[in-house]
Amino acid sequence: MNWRHKHLLGIEGLAPEEITLILDTAEKMAEVATRPVKKVPALRAKLVVNLFFENSTRTRSSFEIAEKRLSADTLNFSASTSSVSKGESLVDTILNVERMMPDCYVMRHPSPGVGQLISGFTKASIVNAGDGAHEHPTQALLDAMTIRQRKGSFKGLRVLIAGDIAHSRVVRSNIHLLNTMGAEVTVCGPATLLPPHIESLGVKASTAFEEAIRGKDVVMMLRIQLERQTRGLFPSLMEYYQRYGLTEERLKLADKDVIVMHPGPMNRGVEIASEVADGPYSVILDQVENGVSVRMAVLYLLLGGGEDVSAH
Amino acid sequence: MKRKTILDAAGIQRTLGRLALELAERLQGCQGAALIGIHRRGVPLARRIADKLNEVEKVQVPVGSLDINLYRDDFSSAGTAPVLRGTQVDFDIEGRTVVLVDDVLFTGRTIRAALDALVDLGRPARVQLAVLVDRGHRELPIQADYVGLSLNTRREDHVELHLTEFDGEDALLLETQITAKEGRP
Repeated sequence: MNWRHKHLLGIEGLAPEEITLILDTAEKMAEVATRPVKKVPALRAKLVVNLFFENSTRTRSSFEIAEKRLSADTLNFSASTSSVSKGESLVDTILNVERMMPDCYVMRHPSPGVGQLISGFTKASIVNAGDGAHEHPTQALLDAMTIRQRKGSFKGLRVLIAGDIAHSRVVRSNIHLLNTMGAEVTVCGPATLLPPHIESLGVKASTAFEEAIRGKDVVMMLRIQLERQTRGLFPSLMEYYQRYGLTEERLKLADKDVIVMHPGPMNRGVEIASEVADGPYSVILDQVENGVSVRMAVLYLLLGGGEDVSAH
Repeated sequence: MKRKTILDAAGIQRTLGRLALELAERLQGCQGAALIGIHRRGVPLARRIADKLNEVEKVQVPVGSLDINLYRDDFSSAGTAPVLRGTQVDFDIEGRTVVLVDDVLFTGRTIRAALDALVDLGRPARVQLAVLVDRGHRELPIQADYVGLSLNTRREDHVELHLTEFDGEDALLLETQITAKEGRP
C-alpha cells in the first residue's frame, strides 16, 4: 500500500488502509526521536511554509519540530505579523508565497474548507492544520496513534467524546477516523453545545454524561472554549464542571482499562479534574509526543517520493 | 529475457556459512561485533549469519535492522513515498565493530545511505560490509569486506535474491535481457 494523495485536507474520505499506513509510518518515525541524532535527511531541500491565520502554540510547534526532524526548510508566516494584517487577501498571500517555490503549506485558518480553495492556486501540497470548525486531521491521527498504542485496534472500541461538540474541529476529524476504523462513537455535552443532527455523522448523542461514560474504553474530553462563555451557552464554569467535568468518581463508571484523552490546552477544574488529568489513566502527554511522529509521517508521505531502495 | 538460477537453497546456505567463518576469523571470535541488516533482504541474511556464528563459534552477536529510506539521495517528488520498514538497533553501537549486511552490492548508493543512517545512531569503532553477491557496476567508491559470491553481470541485468522469509524459497536468480543479435535462432 502506497500513499497517493497530494494533500491532507481532512480525514473524511480516507480509506482504513490509508489511515493505517499513516499510523504505521508514524510508529517508524517515533524511533528517530530516540536516537542521539534526532534528525533524518528525508526532506532535505524541501520548503515547508507554516501559514497560521489563527493562534496556535502546540500544533504549530509540533509541525515545526516534525519539519526540522525531517530536515525540511521552514518558513513561518503568522497572520498577526504579516501582510494579512495590512489587508492582503488570502489568495494574494498564496500567490506571493508561491513564487518562493514552496513544496508544502501547513495551514490553519478560521474558514472551513479553505484548503480546498487554495489548492487551486498552488502547485504545492497542503496539510490542513485546522480549518474553522471543519477538520483537524493530524489531531485525529495523533489521537488514533495513542489509542492504537494502548488498545491495539479500533474494532468495537467504545469511545466517548465529551464537551463542546458544536465548535470543535477535533471532534469531526475524530468521528470520521474512528467510524472508518470500526469504533463506536458517542458524543456528549449540554444541548447548547451539541449540534443538531450530529447523529447523521454516525454517532450516538447524549446530554447525560454519567450515562454516556458507562463502560467506555476511551474518554476524550474537549476544551471548553472560555472565550465562548460570554455567549451564555451554559450558566457558569462551576456548573459546567458539576455536570460535565470528568472527575475521579465519574471515571469509575467507565471500563476499568479506560484511557483519558484531551487535545489540549486543558482547563483544569472546568472540563477535567486535575487528579484525572495527572492520573494513571491519562494519556494526554503521550498525545503530544505522538503529534510530532504523526506530522513527520504525513509530511514524509506527501513529500518523500522516490525510489524504494529496500524493495529489491 | 533469460532467467538463470545462480545459487539454490543449499548454495545460499553454504555461501552464508563461509561468510560467517570469514567474519569469525577476521573479527577474532566476534567479541564486540554486531550485525546490522539493511532492509529488506539484508535483515534475514544478518540473522542467518548470526545463527551460524552462534552454531560454530558459540558466540551471541547482536543483530539489528536499518531502514535507509529516510536517507536516499534521489530527492525527487516523483513517485510515492516508499513504505518505511523501521530501524531497530536495540544495542549501543558506540565502540563496536558493526558489520552491515546486504543482499546484492550494485551501485553502492544503498551502502552510502546506510553509512549515513548508521552514524546517526552513534559512533562505531569500525564499520565493515558483508554482501551475499557483488555484481559490480559501482557508482561510488565503496567495496565490501566480505563477499559471498562475485558475479559478472551487465548493467541492465537483474540480480534477484529470493528468501523463504519473503518469497517462500531460497534462490539467487540472474535475469538477462537477450539482445536482438543473441535472440536470433
